[in-house]
Amino acid sequence: MDKGGAAGHNAGMSSLPFEHIAASSAPHRPASLRELFIAFTWLALQGFGGVLVVVQRELVERRQWLTHDEFVEDWAVAQVLPGPNVVNLSLMFGGRMFGLPGALTALAGLLAAPLVIVLLLAVLHTRFAGYPAVEGALRGMAAVSAGLIGATGLKLSVALARNPVPLAWCVAIAVIGFVLIALLRMPLLYVMAGLGGLGCVLAWRRLRA
Amino acid sequence: MTAPLIVLAWHDWFNLFAHFLLLSLMSIGGAISTTSEMHRFLVEQHHWLTQAQFNDSIAIAQAAPGPNVLFVALMGWNVGMNAGSTVAAMLGVAVTMLGILMPSTFLTYVASQWGHRNRHLRVVRAFKQGMAPLVIALLMATAWILASAGGHGAADWRLWLVALVSCLIIWRTKVHLLWVLGAGALLGALQLL
Repeated sequence: MDKGGAAGHNAGMSSLPFEHIAASSAPHRPASLRELFIAFTWLALQGFGGVLVVVQRELVERRQWLTHDEFVEDWAVAQVLPGPNVVNLSLMFGGRMFGLPGALTALAGLLAAPLVIVLLLAVLHTRFAGYPAVEGALRGMAAVSAGLIGATGLKLSVALARNPVPLAWCVAIAVIGFVLIALLRMPLLYVMAGLGGLGCVLAWRRLRA
Repeated sequence: MTAPLIVLAWHDWFNLFAHFLLLSLMSIGGAISTTSEMHRFLVEQHHWLTQAQFNDSIAIAQAAPGPNVLFVALMGWNVGMNAGSTVAAMLGVAVTMLGILMPSTFLTYVASQWGHRNRHLRVVRAFKQGMAPLVIALLMATAWILASAGGHGAADWRLWLVALVSCLIIWRTKVHLLWVLGAGALLGALQLL
């Protein structure tokens, strides 16, 4: 399957360059609440060290319920609203597909099975905490999950080429944002207001045309 | 069976619930961004959790499948266990998870439905697309912060190498995530990291 092909196709076909954000331009959608629940349970169970990477792989690449661009936009909204990001994303996606029942179904799928597992792990952890192999495995998995999140960022960065914000500005905002958050550990709220606001103003001005 | 470490009255449970309702509204960028406030409330102010329990709650939720917000459930669980019973632990999970989820869930649902109905508005499109570069920056920053969590800088070069290689594999190939995670766990368990 051609990754992000749906998004690219749409951007190319549309006479208005950014029109495609409006419609749900992904090739597929969940057929039922049951399918939605199973999909979110399945992706939550694969999500070690965070679910974002799996959401992108499952919903965008494998099931094609979302395009690259839609995913980035939804993720932006999920970030800005209070609450866990993946929880917000599941609410938004489920809600758009099936209204309130869809939102709650996606949320239940995301949380139910992992909640049981994490409580079981907590009980086990009190017994096996001292073992070096267990601590080592946790360390190895944490390093991998860092790499996975980085890979997701790199994959999604292709969406910037189609953004109304000029590419040079996109790159500048992304690089400065990385330095402020990762290296200088600035509070997220300020970075979001400053750099996010700048991006929105630039997009606003370009969208007038 | 040991005596309970702490005693929780009904108004304490209510206090716990109310505090997590408030934290929910402050959790922009994810529940993890309110951990310092949780620490202040649970460990320093009320002594409902020990420092070790607090740290372990976050570490276990990171290693387990599922959303990271489940660390909140573990904190609730541990508060309940400290209060003396599995039933109290279940209550702790319910109180903290409902508290951290309900306000933000309501707000997100209402806001996103509004946004979807008004998706043609210039202001909605400008917001969603204008945030995209920062979203990429946030992802890369999260990866960086997680990779540097070992805390020993360059001495952790093996961990950095594992993070870099797994990043390239997932970026460039279709290898399933679980294989890469399994390989990382194995290297770690064999004390190679």
